[in-house]
Amino acid sequence: MAAVTALNESPAAASAGQPRGMQVRRRRRLNVFRYVVFTVFGLFFALPLLAMLRFSLEGAKLGTWSLTAWRQIASFQGTGVPPLISSIELTLELAVITCVVMLVLLVPTMIWIRLRVQWLTRTMEVLCLLPLTIPAIVLVVGLGPIYNRIQHYELSALMLFWVYVILALPFAYRALAAGLSAIDVTTLSEAARSLGASWFTVIVRVIAPNMRQAILNALLLTAALVLGEFTIAYLLLYNNLQEELYSISRNTPNAGVVYSTSFAALLFAFVLLLILSYAGRRRGGRG
Amino acid sequence: MAVAATSETGARPSRAGRRLAAPAWVGTVPFLAYVAVFLLLPTGIVVVDSLKNPNGAWAFANVTELGNPLVRGYFIGSFKLCVLSSVSGAVFGAILAYAIASGNPDGTVRRLYIAVSGVLAQFGGVTLAFAFLVLIGPIGLLIHASWYFDFPWGIGLIYTYFQVPLMVLVFLPAIDGVKVQWREASENLGASAWQYWRYVGGPLLMPAFLGGLLLLFANALSAFATIQAWENQIAYIVPQQISTALSSEVGLSNVNTADLLALGMVIMVAIVMTGYALLQRRAARWLR
Repeated sequence: MAAVTALNESPAAASAGQPRGMQVRRRRRLNVFRYVVFTVFGLFFALPLLAMLRFSLEGAKLGTWSLTAWRQIASFQGTGVPPLISSIELTLELAVITCVVMLVLLVPTMIWIRLRVQWLTRTMEVLCLLPLTIPAIVLVVGLGPIYNRIQHYELSALMLFWVYVILALPFAYRALAAGLSAIDVTTLSEAARSLGASWFTVIVRVIAPNMRQAILNALLLTAALVLGEFTIAYLLLYNNLQEELYSISRNTPNAGVVYSTSFAALLFAFVLLLILSYAGRRRGGRG
Repeated sequence: MAVAATSETGARPSRAGRRLAAPAWVGTVPFLAYVAVFLLLPTGIVVVDSLKNPNGAWAFANVTELGNPLVRGYFIGSFKLCVLSSVSGAVFGAILAYAIASGNPDGTVRRLYIAVSGVLAQFGGVTLAFAFLVLIGPIGLLIHASWYFDFPWGIGLIYTYFQVPLMVLVFLPAIDGVKVQWREASENLGASAWQYWRYVGGPLLMPAFLGGLLLLFANALSAFATIQAWENQIAYIVPQQISTALSSEVGLSNVNTADLLALGMVIMVAIVMTGYALLQRRAARWLR
């Protein structure tokens, strides 16, 4: 078959005389195209990350290997900024707080709206997706006065969680909405109610456990978002991980620790999101 | 509990809820209040302050400052970067999506690329600028590209890195929706590959492609961290100028510069996202 197709030079001749031959040839050409595309894009995606990894392993002399930059993560102290490790801790704490607040705020409200106030569904959706259309840089301009008020009571950078919950809303909402629409909320709640459960029990002990996967997805997306956030922390003059890395790179050019920490943070986020994409698949039909 | 006792089922929520002493919507108040304070209020502040002068008096003439050559320059810079990165991202993303879609739907390659796209589409930020700096920047391990600090080419390439995966995620469902029967039908009628793409496949995919393009445009428009870490001395685009205006208070006289620029951005994003929604609706027609 391959020999036949090779003889057919023009597509017109092939389609007229040898329809099957043309298909084999097309499939082969398509496969060549696919492998070229996958290789080129694979390199495009992998090379910057590999370069960062290699740079983080650079020794004192160019071209040598060393683990210094990775050891420094725990001890690095830049000029004029807090120790690196403290901003790592702070960012992890922020991720946890943001996740908890997001869950407490969003899950019961979404279930409640689904069960009892369906006329609010559309409003809820619009509100949750709104942060996608309002850039963080715009939000931060309007947040200035509000954060002035907050700083009156509490100076800690942990206060960033208030706005991080907003940034996470669209991602968390979509994950949770997918989970909520996959279960029969009405039947579950009727069954629980007729057995005497309170609404609190219905939401927390009956419906929420049934959307475990969606809740996990929402948590992972939220955590990944907090780990990578820079704009708002930078402009409100707070010191989170990304802001710290930025400051170090400004004050100490070519500091290896910037690359090792960035790579570690990235790897952590990768793992979170890969867990998501694999755990989500097992149930099937996601998104 | 009192609320609960009077309404027996969850099936007729709105009616049952409204009749009660404490209506059911009261349960959504914490969420609505939170969103009002941290999302709607800041947006409102931006809009109101952009129409006032720094003394607090109304000054609707501020809007004309958006036409000021200096301000216009930043919007043009933003526009250039967004067009460059969204067009390249959309074209390459569409090619990659086509390559993915034409393979085995349960294959490893497809799964891998979708998972990686999901991760990389979110991978903007400071780290991305660092990664390209050590790949092709002045201390690059691959090449020392002389154009690395050129605007918009150097930063456009960096933006493409997160635009391509986003396009893959948005465009793949549309390509998956193209049925093999359509191709067979056009072949049976004697169409060449070019004719198929020109008259059948292309027009079918065009709304989804343009919608993806607009989404990428909005995505690039609001990105700030990457370009700030790439080059923090010169402001090329609106978000950088907002940042400068916020931290230095130097800007246009008699205008709340940051608020005004932010308002301009909101308007731009709103236009782009409206177009996106309309195109998505059109594209969805063929995906059912």
